[in-house]
Amino acid sequence: MNRFFSFGRLGALLVKEFIQMRRDRVTFAMMLGVPLMQLLLFGYAINTDPKSLPAALVATGNDHYTRAIVSALQTTNYYRFDHVAESAAEAERLMARGEVSFVVTIPSDFARRVDRGEAPQILIEADATDPSASSGAVSTLSTLAARALNRERGVAPGAVGGPALDVVVHRRYNPEGISQYNIVPGLLGVILQMTMVMMTSIALTREIERGTMENLLAMPASPAEIMLGKVLPYLVVGGVQVAVVLVTAKLLFSVPFVGSLPLLLGAILIFVLALVLLGYTISTIARTQMQALQLAFFFFLPSILVSGFMFPYRGMPGWAQLFGEILPLTHFLRVVRAVMLKGADLAAIGTEIAWLIGFVAFFSALALLRFRRTLD
Amino acid sequence: MNAIDVHGLVKRFGNKTVVDNVSMQVAPGEIVGFLGPNGSGKTTTIRIMCGLLTPDAGSGRVLGYNLLTDSLKIKREVGYMTQKFSFYEDLTIAENLEFVARLYRLKPVANHVADTLADLGMTSRRNQLAGTLSGGWKQRLALAACIMHQPKLLLLDEPTAGVDPKARREFWDEIHRLARDGLTVLVSTHYMDEAERCHRIAYISYGRMLTTGSVAEVVANAGLITYIVSGPGLAGIAAALESRDGVEQVAPFGATLHVVGSDRQELEAALSDIAARDGVTVAPGETSLEDVFIQFMAGSKDNMA
Repeated sequence: MNRFFSFGRLGALLVKEFIQMRRDRVTFAMMLGVPLMQLLLFGYAINTDPKSLPAALVATGNDHYTRAIVSALQTTNYYRFDHVAESAAEAERLMARGEVSFVVTIPSDFARRVDRGEAPQILIEADATDPSASSGAVSTLSTLAARALNRERGVAPGAVGGPALDVVVHRRYNPEGISQYNIVPGLLGVILQMTMVMMTSIALTREIERGTMENLLAMPASPAEIMLGKVLPYLVVGGVQVAVVLVTAKLLFSVPFVGSLPLLLGAILIFVLALVLLGYTISTIARTQMQALQLAFFFFLPSILVSGFMFPYRGMPGWAQLFGEILPLTHFLRVVRAVMLKGADLAAIGTEIAWLIGFVAFFSALALLRFRRTLD
Repeated sequence: MNAIDVHGLVKRFGNKTVVDNVSMQVAPGEIVGFLGPNGSGKTTTIRIMCGLLTPDAGSGRVLGYNLLTDSLKIKREVGYMTQKFSFYEDLTIAENLEFVARLYRLKPVANHVADTLADLGMTSRRNQLAGTLSGGWKQRLALAACIMHQPKLLLLDEPTAGVDPKARREFWDEIHRLARDGLTVLVSTHYMDEAERCHRIAYISYGRMLTTGSVAEVVANAGLITYIVSGPGLAGIAAALESRDGVEQVAPFGATLHVVGSDRQELEAALSDIAARDGVTVAPGETSLEDVFIQFMAGSKDNMA
């Protein structure tokens, strides 16, 4: 028996493993940090039935019927009217920029039609690029609006009073509510992030682990040369991935592409640059390849959860949205969905592009600061 | 102008002083052997000199460039061969050489690589992965790669560790050939025969430079007296001698025993009864460099603890 299994030998292995685990502080932090972060994010940040979605009101009449409908919508907690648009064109722009999820249009003859006993109409346009985010708000709409109107007309609940309210719902950008339209463009960002950050995060640690770093540093290569030499090859890898995802999106999932391809490719280039520089920064912090991969994973997890990839961004509490803002993926997802599905132009996604450029500048500065020209 | 001219170098890691006030002057074309026990600060000193580490104190010039401010210029004109093979094992021999040639901006790259491969006798193996080379060949490749840009100073950190005697001999012939052409060489080693092939040696122990000079000077300055004991029962004699006053080292060398001390009278007194034993002869011998180094090591306190 002893030949095959000895508790003494098992003990030796266990002791060694625990010692190594304790020495590797990054791993230790990961073992505590990952479950905690997951618990907090899933528990507090994620909400698949988002409330308080920003909406724009287009209402030319300021009669009591209109006010009643608006306040009824607001009390559902689904709508937060923080934009009053002067015109349909302005509301359109707000939606294309992603500043509002809904545009509620109450026509100018609304009150007249109610008073004349004709069937009044309101139009609700929902940003359906993320169909799940808007479905709750849309489904509660008709009954609530009708009830509010009836109350305002003095019709008792349940009684039949005049012609019914006609609520016209337009699911913009994705009329059939196909969730692939939301997921597949988002996947482009997720796939790029996963591979780019992971591959570049081991750039320097691999040299250090193999002992080639000492030689590299002894030769006349500047930190900027080493950094660019390490990250630029992955732009090519990223380019191949982009081609694969875009072609697949078109052929297999028939995801519409209504925007400008050059604009999207330009944005992807900036995003990938930010990612490879982030990976390189991780590489200047981690001491081993293992640590680098763990750090990359540590970054990857919240990116999936709070960027708006899997769960509606607007559904998260303020702190989680703020956290999402500091992740490159959040901004890229807005860009890719806006360009592919909404046909957004540069003006509409300018802020997001500026964020991405900011990430590029920040990560390259950080990487160059962290880079050690010596072995000190 | 000296190729290396550094003063008062200090390097600390945490609260441990690894290099403690080291000064060194090396003339152009000189081969200087850098000796000392493991962990004595040889590698750290060499790394400071090629700009891989910043000293905590001290200053100096390497090839006329300021050690503290001109590290990029120093890197361009120094060849540094690391202790561990540090070229890319997943690149072929030729690819490694091309990489180095491009980093030093040697033009045309193909010619430099072809010449280096021919000098190495590796032209036919140019497409072999560097990781598949034996220790001796890796060492030759590493040396060839660090002299490809024709440096003026070569820093070699234990270049012959784990290399067979024939390869070592060839390696040293190459070093002497390079030095004749004006290259300055600082080479760290543990091998006494290699130390003896240097023009001059510098001995460092626990971060302090203990002595420097030619082998003969170092041996003479140590002031050690050596007797060679031969005859039967050497093991017993060795055990008996070790505890006696005046005897500082007892080391078996084949069928003889080297007994070393620094006080001639005490040493002779300690040996007097041994010499009187039947069949045992005690004769004056020459102190070797190794005896001197063992003496140094015993004399300096270990700061590893």
